[in-house]
Amino acid sequence: MYDLLLAPFVDYAFMQRALGGSLLLSLGACPIGVFLMLRRMSLTGDAMAHAILPGAAAGFLLYGLQIVPMAIGGLVAGALVALGAGLVSQLTVQKEDASMAAFYLISLALGVLIVSLRGSSVDLMHVLFGTVLALNDEALALIGGITCLSLGFLAIFWRALVAESMDPLFLRSVSRLGAPVHFLFLGLVVLNLVGGFQALGTLLSVGLMMLPAAAARFWTVRVGPMCALSVAIGFAACACGLLLSYHAALPSGPSIILSAGAVYLASVLAGPRGVLRSRVQRHRHRVA
Amino acid sequence: MSEPALIFRDLTLGYGSHAAVHHLSGTVERGSLTAIVGANGSGKSTLMKGIAGVLKPMAGSVDRRAGCTVAYLPQQSELDRTFPARVVDLAAMGLWPKRGLLGRHTAADRAAVAEALTAVGLQGFAERPIDTLSGGQLQRALFARALVQDADILLLDEPFNAIDQQTTADLLALIRRWRGEGRTVLVVAHDLDLVRRHFPLTLLLARGPVAWGPTQESLSPANMRKARGFDEAWHDDAAWCEPETGHDHDHSHAPSGLQDGHRAA
Repeated sequence: MYDLLLAPFVDYAFMQRALGGSLLLSLGACPIGVFLMLRRMSLTGDAMAHAILPGAAAGFLLYGLQIVPMAIGGLVAGALVALGAGLVSQLTVQKEDASMAAFYLISLALGVLIVSLRGSSVDLMHVLFGTVLALNDEALALIGGITCLSLGFLAIFWRALVAESMDPLFLRSVSRLGAPVHFLFLGLVVLNLVGGFQALGTLLSVGLMMLPAAAARFWTVRVGPMCALSVAIGFAACACGLLLSYHAALPSGPSIILSAGAVYLASVLAGPRGVLRSRVQRHRHRVA
Repeated sequence: MSEPALIFRDLTLGYGSHAAVHHLSGTVERGSLTAIVGANGSGKSTLMKGIAGVLKPMAGSVDRRAGCTVAYLPQQSELDRTFPARVVDLAAMGLWPKRGLLGRHTAADRAAVAEALTAVGLQGFAERPIDTLSGGQLQRALFARALVQDADILLLDEPFNAIDQQTTADLLALIRRWRGEGRTVLVVAHDLDLVRRHFPLTLLLARGPVAWGPTQESLSPANMRKARGFDEAWHDDAAWCEPETGHDHDHSHAPSGLQDGHRAA
C-alpha cells in the first residue's frame, strides 16, 4: 500500500514538485471553473485556453522553452482576446460566444503558425500538452502566485461575483461593480490557464478547471460547498493521475485530466442530482 | 405628501436613435402609488429602466430626491434560476445597498431577511433551492428581496403577470404596506380593473405621456382611445425630433452632439 500510494512522492523530488504544483493549481483553478460553469461559460474557458497559444508560442520562439516569457506572452494574448471579445459583445449586437469564437480561432491559428516557425514537433508537444514532471522553481512560484491572486479575488469579490452570476441586472441596479468584476474574473481565468499550461499544456489546462467543477455540480445545491468540493475533486484527480502515470508509465497531463473525467462520469451517474437518483426514485414521492 | 421623490425633466429614453419614451416631464410625489399603463411597446419598461438607472437618457433627465434609494424588480428578470442558491440567499441579496461588497451580514440582517420571507408568505422556504420554486413563489421571493432592500422608491415592472389571485392579493397588500410606510411605488400593470381598484394615480403612456393624474381621469374612454391609436413600430424614416423654438428643452446644452437627435418613432 505504501509502495503504491506514498513511495513515489516520498522517493522522488520530481514527483513531489509535480504533486505540489498541481495541487496548488487546483486550489485556484477549480473554484474559478465553478463560476465559469455557472455563468454558462464552460466553453469560453476552452476558447481562452486556445487563445493563449500565440503568446506562449511567441515567448517560446524568442526564449526557448522558458516558463516566464511563455507565461507573460500567454497572458498578453489571453487578455487581448478576452478584452477584444468582451468589447465586441458590449459595443455591438454580437453576443460574446460568437465574438469569442472568432477571436480565439484567429489566435489559435496564429499560435500554431508561430510554433511551427521554429522548433520540432517535440517542442510543439511540450507547449500543447505540458510537462508536469518537469516543473522548476520558477514554474512553482508562478503557480503559487496565481493561486494566491485567485483566492484573494474570490475572498474579496465573492458577493459581487455570486450576484453577477445569479442576477446581473439586479447587481447593476444596486452597484457599478458588475463590469469590473466580470473583467477581473476573465483575467483570472486567463491567469489560471497560463499557470496550468506549463504543467498540463495549453490544450489540457482547462481540464483541471472545468471537470472538477462540472462534477461538483451534481453533488450540492449551494455555490460555496460546490467550490470546496471542486477543489477536493481536483486534489484527488491530481494525486490519482500522477500515481497512475508513475505506475503505468503514462503521460502525466492526460492521466490527471482523465482521473478528473472519471470522477465527472461517476458524478453524472451517482450524484444526488445525477442520472440514477433522479430517474430511479421517481416512483416514490412525498405528499408535500 | 407634497415632496417630490422623482422629477422627470423632458425625459427621452430609447434604443439606438429611436425614442421609446418621448419627452416626459412631471413629478412623482413622495409616498405616492402610481400605476403605469399602456399598450405593449409604449415605453413602460423603458421608463422603469431609466428610473432605475440601468438605461441612460437620450435627452432630459430623471432627478431623484437626494439620498433616495431605488429597488427595481424588472419584467424580464435576468435571474438565473438554475444558479445553486437557496431562497434565503436570493432574499439576502437585498442587503447589498446596506452592506455592500464586504460588510458583514449581522444577526439583525439575517433576522430582517427571515422576516421578509415571512411577510411574503414564504416561511419554511428559506432552505429551498431556487430552481424548485414555482413562478408565483419566485415572484414572492423577489418581493422579499425588494423588502430587504428597504428602498425609498420601488419600481415593479409587471409584477402580476402569470400570478394567481391569491398571490396577487398578497403582493398588493405588501404594496399598500410600502405606501403606508411613506415609500414611493410605481407599478407597471396591464389589468385595468386591478389598476382602477388599487391605484390612486395612473400614468398612461403611448411613447409620450397621454395622461397622468388620478386613475379615473387618466383611464377615461377618451384617453384610452388616444393611447390605442399610437403606432408601435419604429420607422427608419421617422422625422428627427428637432427642438422647437419656444419649446423649453434645449439640446445644445447636452455634452455630446451625437446623442441629441432621436426619431419620434
